Amino acid sequence: MSFKITVASGKGGTGKTTVATNLYWSLVKNFDNDTLLVDCDVEEPDDLLFFKNAILRSEVKVTQAVPEINTSKCTYCRKCVEYCEYNAITVIPPVQYASIAPDLCHSCGACLYACQDDALIEKDHEIGLMSGYDVGFGKGLLEGRLKIGSAAQTPVIRRVKKEALDAASVILFDAPPGTSCSVVTSVLDADFVIMVTEPTPFGLHDLKIAVELIREMDLPFGVVINKAGLGDRAVYDYLEDEGIDILEEIPFNEEYARKFSEGMILSRIDKNYAIHYQKIIRKILEFKQQ
Amino acid sequence: MKTIITANGSDVNATLDPRFGRCEFFCILDEETGETEFIENKAKLQSSAAGTTAAETVIEQGVKKVISGDFGPKAKSLLDRFGIQMVILKDEGQIIANVINSITGK
Repeated sequence: MSFKITVASGKGGTGKTTVATNLYWSLVKNFDNDTLLVDCDVEEPDDLLFFKNAILRSEVKVTQAVPEINTSKCTYCRKCVEYCEYNAITVIPPVQYASIAPDLCHSCGACLYACQDDALIEKDHEIGLMSGYDVGFGKGLLEGRLKIGSAAQTPVIRRVKKEALDAASVILFDAPPGTSCSVVTSVLDADFVIMVTEPTPFGLHDLKIAVELIREMDLPFGVVINKAGLGDRAVYDYLEDEGIDILEEIPFNEEYARKFSEGMILSRIDKNYAIHYQKIIRKILEFKQQ
Repeated sequence: MKTIITANGSDVNATLDPRFGRCEFFCILDEETGETEFIENKAKLQSSAAGTTAAETVIEQGVKKVISGDFGPKAKSLLDRFGIQMVILKDEGQIIANVINSITGK
């Protein structure tokens, strides 16, 4: 069984990708070479930017089954319309019109059950791409990328997670920001969740919502405060009141920000920076051994 | 010929509703007789595809023209498909009775 760590955050821009890519490097170097990084932020997958020598080794189209209506069999009874929870089906009996909007369809299959006339056929509809990369160290990067125009994030994330299942002894997931379905899907089966926040009012506001979600899902978690030194102490007060573990504080540093924007994994080049990630790993291992 | 005007209320003293898919009422006008009938827009509180469902109602009513403040892309393509003319009135707050008068010429 793999040990699954998911990096999440409420607010976007707190440093999920920074933590995920640096932690990947540190895990591979200091803990287990058999570690896989999985980018679940399918709307904006950017982990790849940090691996300049990445070599594409697999590419699979991710599809979703969307029904089509065969109008020569359809009796325009509108039963499928009644069953569709997502208003994806339009049937106008007086003009004999029937069609399904793929962008609204959730592939739940209710319409197939509803149709008594055998007028619906499921067809594969492309919603994204799953790519595997060798990055020169560790098990590599598995990335989900949503097709432009598609809104079906969760099926792409599910597909990528299925591929990652037991693919390495440690699997590190980089989740999307926020607290919606895509985040739930990403953290669902995590053995440990790292929540990245920043010490600002915005960071705190969204962290609270994210903590509520992770607690509701009953998952073990700890918080990394990134860009420490900025903002105020409100995040610290909140974490203390709630009895939430601070895994590590990573100070804000303009030089770090500059190197990050150039696509560098800082722990590879800066020993002082790497220490933060070694501490995070140590804390997670302590938890694992409990 | 029948025309639909999107309305904020259920009589001719109501104002034009600038939204097509989520308008409150449809005023169905018979251009020959000047008679009107008001029906509630069942799509107005729908979580998604309100424009499509509203367009469905318009098509079912067999009208040839729709007057509203604006039309979304899905409603537009469906109405286009059935040759229904879309008229956009930018003057918000117009009374339905005035819109009717300008059509029937009274």
